[in-house]
Amino acid sequence: MSLINIANLTKHYTSGDETVEALRGVDIAIEAREFVTVMGQSGSGKSTLLSVLGGMNHPTSGEVEMAGVRLYQLPGEKLADFRARNLGFVFQSFHLIPYLTALENVMLPLAIVKAQNGQKRVVARQALERVGLGAKAGRLPNQLSGGEQERVAIARAIVNTPHILLADEPTGNLDSRTSDEVMALFRELNAGGQTIVMVTHNPDNGRHSDRTITLRDGRVM
Amino acid sequence: MKLHTIALNNLKRRKAKMAFLTIGLAVGIATIVTLVTLTTSMSSDIGRKMDEFGANILVTPRSNGLAMNYGGISLGGVTFDQREIRETDLARIATIANHRNISAISPKVLGSVAIGGHDVLLVGVNFASELKMKQWWQIFGDAPKNDNELLLGSDASKVLNVAAGDSLRIGGEAFKVAGVLDQTGSQDDSLVFAPLGKAQKLLGKEGKITLAEVAALCSGCPIGDMVVQIAEKLPDAKVSAIQQVVEGRLKALNQFKRFSYAMAGVVVFIGSLIVFVTMMGSVNERTTEIGVFRAIGFRKSHIMRIILLEAALVSLLAGLVGYGAGMGGAKLALPFMAEAKNAKLIWDAWIAGGSIALALVLGLVASLYPALHASRMDPTEALRAL
Repeated sequence: MSLINIANLTKHYTSGDETVEALRGVDIAIEAREFVTVMGQSGSGKSTLLSVLGGMNHPTSGEVEMAGVRLYQLPGEKLADFRARNLGFVFQSFHLIPYLTALENVMLPLAIVKAQNGQKRVVARQALERVGLGAKAGRLPNQLSGGEQERVAIARAIVNTPHILLADEPTGNLDSRTSDEVMALFRELNAGGQTIVMVTHNPDNGRHSDRTITLRDGRVM
Repeated sequence: MKLHTIALNNLKRRKAKMAFLTIGLAVGIATIVTLVTLTTSMSSDIGRKMDEFGANILVTPRSNGLAMNYGGISLGGVTFDQREIRETDLARIATIANHRNISAISPKVLGSVAIGGHDVLLVGVNFASELKMKQWWQIFGDAPKNDNELLLGSDASKVLNVAAGDSLRIGGEAFKVAGVLDQTGSQDDSLVFAPLGKAQKLLGKEGKITLAEVAALCSGCPIGDMVVQIAEKLPDAKVSAIQQVVEGRLKALNQFKRFSYAMAGVVVFIGSLIVFVTMMGSVNERTTEIGVFRAIGFRKSHIMRIILLEAALVSLLAGLVGYGAGMGGAKLALPFMAEAKNAKLIWDAWIAGGSIALALVLGLVASLYPALHASRMDPTEALRAL
């Protein structure tokens, strides 16, 4: 049984009289501890696939099963709870909260977890140290470089030890040297057992993953 | 890290916007506090005046006469079957059920006397109770202290050409003018006041009185009930309430109150609109942030709690600032609004608590839709990157 099973997934967007078929009958299985890169040109449906995988975009049809849970059959806010427990997100533009320090940004997913604040702080600091930013815990995002912001975003994504880490163009805003550092970090996390699904259009990034899935016009090639 | 950490940090970051929001709401609250405190203080001032002076009840002999005066011009009258009140009967007034509400009884005897070729209305009064009742009197000289001293109204003093310290004769008896009243603009200006016993003797009405004024006074006194109670005790007297002046002022004050509340309502409505527009703008500015919150697993209720917590903190501050500013405004305005120079500002805990609670409720209600709007944001749309 795979960790992620996507079966006959379709997603259509309707705008006025026009319907765009972003995903057309996608079938993917991803194993636990696997590092998968999803590639494709702009408009191929890779970002839509990631948002559907992230439990934030209801598919038009098909099934998404993660860790034995049919994601889109979860009632009400259970989907949000599932995201909080099982998924970690790394966004292209980092999306750090500007008024929170690096440590507080990492602690963000723990804000809705019932635990002692001190305990949350320890866990968040460990995550920051894991990405090599323990010394910059008290800095605000605008006091960090792009690569450092990306690392904080990764620490935030792994702080709640999710089953799956979803990354959307994580090196899209970074120079090549920093991109390599970030990819090395992903590789290291994967070596530690972290399942990673990364969307990218950079073929170089694919080298770091176990497998590359290519999408074209909403279909797996 | 708790949800309130996020709310507090966001407020700290957006100082200017939050200051604008606080001021907007605080102005509304300050207006209400000022107006409510002013009307309360003015009502209390009037109540105090009613307690201090002003006859509310007039006791006159019952008669079948018809008054013949109009607009201050008297053409005499037809009076028959005139009954008189005995001075001793007045003691019965003190036995009514509401006797605790009586602060002074001032009996009077009236009669015409000739002084220096002028006909003058002599009023015999008990100076102790009269002065207690008419605290607005300003006397040049002294109040009469013995039987042979008089107090003259300002017009009477001019007509008779006497001042405080002078002497004059009534019915062959010498009297000293102890004091002269400053102009009152009332009938008192043309009267000559003498001690009650002496006046009764001069007028040949020993043991009798013409009327009695009763200060039954306090803004909440059951004047109507007291009139009935006194009438029962004095069946030969006509007892009537004279509350028109005070009631007129209370009516004006009530109108001012209604106007104040209407104005406060408008200001509060504008304050609420400011909160609504600012919170809505803040939510729209934070679209990406809210998308991140939702993506990492925050429930809709968590988003609502963050927004409402921010609103509550700002509103609480606005309530405190508004209350302080409102009381300051009331303190500055009260001397211009109240008639008495020494009118006291009322510090009411209910107004303090109420204004803070009102700010809180307004802030939360006005932020409810922005909070709902934030919680319903589609995380994919909000982030756009995904």
